[in-house]
Amino acid sequence: MSTLTIEGLHASVAGREILSGVDLEVAAGEVHAVMGPNGSGKSTLAHVIAGRSGYEELSGSVRLDGCELLGMPAWKRAEAGLFLAMQYPTEVPGVSLLDMLTESVRTPEGAAVQEQMLGEADRIGLEAQFLQRPVNVDLSGGERKRNEALQLGVLKPAFAVMDELDSGLDVDALRIVAGRIEEATEHDGLGVLAITHYSRIFAHLRPDAVHVFAGGRIQESGGAELADELEADGYERWTAALTPASGDTSTSSGSQAFTDPFGDPFADQLV
Amino acid sequence: MATASANSFSADAARALAGPEWLRERRAAAAEELAAAALPTTAAEQWRYSAIADFDPDAYRPAAAEAGSSQAQASPGALSAAAQAAALFDCDASETAAVIDVADGRIVALRGAGELASQGVRVGALADSPGGAELIGAVASGSADYFTVFNDAFTDTPILVDVPAGVEVDGVIAIRHHLGTAKTAAFPRLLVRVAENSAATVLDVQRCGTAALLVPVVELDVAAGARLGYVNLQNHHRKAWQIAAHTARVEREASLTVASLALGGGYARTRTDTRLVGRGAGGDLLSAYFGSGDQILDFRTYQDHAAADTASNLLFKGAVGESARSVYTGLIRVRPEARGTNAVQTNRNLKLSEDAWAESVPNLEIENNEVRCAHASAVGPVDADQVFYLESRGVPTAVAERLIVAGFFDEVLEAFPVESAAQAARSAVAVKFNQMLNATAEAAA
Repeated sequence: MSTLTIEGLHASVAGREILSGVDLEVAAGEVHAVMGPNGSGKSTLAHVIAGRSGYEELSGSVRLDGCELLGMPAWKRAEAGLFLAMQYPTEVPGVSLLDMLTESVRTPEGAAVQEQMLGEADRIGLEAQFLQRPVNVDLSGGERKRNEALQLGVLKPAFAVMDELDSGLDVDALRIVAGRIEEATEHDGLGVLAITHYSRIFAHLRPDAVHVFAGGRIQESGGAELADELEADGYERWTAALTPASGDTSTSSGSQAFTDPFGDPFADQLV
Repeated sequence: MATASANSFSADAARALAGPEWLRERRAAAAEELAAAALPTTAAEQWRYSAIADFDPDAYRPAAAEAGSSQAQASPGALSAAAQAAALFDCDASETAAVIDVADGRIVALRGAGELASQGVRVGALADSPGGAELIGAVASGSADYFTVFNDAFTDTPILVDVPAGVEVDGVIAIRHHLGTAKTAAFPRLLVRVAENSAATVLDVQRCGTAALLVPVVELDVAAGARLGYVNLQNHHRKAWQIAAHTARVEREASLTVASLALGGGYARTRTDTRLVGRGAGGDLLSAYFGSGDQILDFRTYQDHAAADTASNLLFKGAVGESARSVYTGLIRVRPEARGTNAVQTNRNLKLSEDAWAESVPNLEIENNEVRCAHASAVGPVDADQVFYLESRGVPTAVAERLIVAGFFDEVLEAFPVESAAQAARSAVAVKFNQMLNATAEAAA
């Protein structure tokens, strides 16, 4: 059984600590939601787990089935069974989806990849010629997320980090994409860490646990009912509590949000 | 030592080359002009950033003199040279209308010319064609510089592709040059003339397989309503030098595509001059180049709009790795009479290592107000976000970079007028990228 274990994770970007002791354990087949306000560092958490360059892993541990991911290049983490579904999947001009997945160390040699891709494309509502198109170039937000789900289906990771899976998706696409992921959790034991602002995704992808993320760490964990409370009351209960910790009296309320240079470029428009 | 070599390119040496009287006289006149001319220096704008200061003509002697008399065709040496030329690019018989193999400046094999002749298309040695004296230099004379004159003086066997009015050549006319003798210089000359409303596609594959010098001059003459595609692939030895000129003149409502792939050479320079002289003429200029090691790849382009409603679209994309350098400088000129011009000049470069260096200098000179001109230039590393995206799918870093570099070039290669040449270019780029990775891995070990 796969388990993702995060212990005492501290990380910084541009000399500033963004993750301040994250502890989390997700078992195979489980869906854990990480919810938090803008600037709380939740996207940074996704990037640090996936191994994006530009972040300094200060201390702690991220293990997938006991295998330490910290210090590994991103592709080695993917090889170990990790998948990152990005909030804004990057356009890669001139590189087809087929070529990219053919070169992945997680796919078999030969023509089998294409067959699997065609099968997944069909399940997720994408045309066969989609395989030949350059990765994410000129795709709508919905197509990009379907594309991420297609890749997840082919790469068969043990564990997926989903950064704002529902952004850019209309209701129908959200149902299809979330449905595909839920199926992977049930049939393949996929573990999911879903990072999100909104609880609307939980109508399609039922969380086993909800974690409130603020000030660079998990402040409280609970069941699905915690998401409902967040929806109704917001994050103030947790962010207000952070103020004295900074020891800085010049700012009157709330922890100062830090803008992650690799983070969501439109974060302030989403509140 | 220097004295003996200096005589290699004397007027007497030029005069000694075989050919009809008009050609021998033309060579001698050019050799005398050359003797009186000074080598260019980097002080001249068009030679800035170039390696011209390291050029030593005394290091070479004419390849044609080595090849001996024109009877060389029968010798076993010439046959193996033909095999080497043929190995450069596998010309599929179903795709090619004619294939000319040239070794050390001499034609060693020619096939398909007979069938083309039945359509009135002439393919072969210019010296054998009536009216050759009027054809040579008709286009290139507008781009005369030290090296085009050098070519005038020492070109051994100029090649002619001449398509009569209204004829559309089915299939590619391919020319394969191989220069295999160290310390020699060859001066390939290619004249392509497509008459009114005709169409042709020419593929020119060139390789210096050793430390030698290649000074090619290409003249593309596109008459009213004609269509011409010209593709040049070069993959020279790392110690070879190339100083090339691709010149073109495009008449009314005619269209030209000039596409090139440049991979080889210690110093490889290509000057691309395109003159749009008839109303509604169009030119697409494409190049992909990739340098590694300590190569210097150097491109100078000139889009000359000399008539109304002309359109040119230039896209040059390059990558430099290790300590390689590239130079791109280009000028769009719109003359006063060229109202309605639409001109685009784009040069993008990927810097694959800290030590690599790419220069990009676009220029505009516009003398008419009713025009649309755009230029863009960029030099930067491989996009880190793209690499991370591929890595996060389990694609190893080096493979991700290779895919992204290949994708970067694909915008140029997919527009090549010869699909098999585009495929060959894709493979050659991949091979070169992997060689660079292996060299890096060995250096690290």
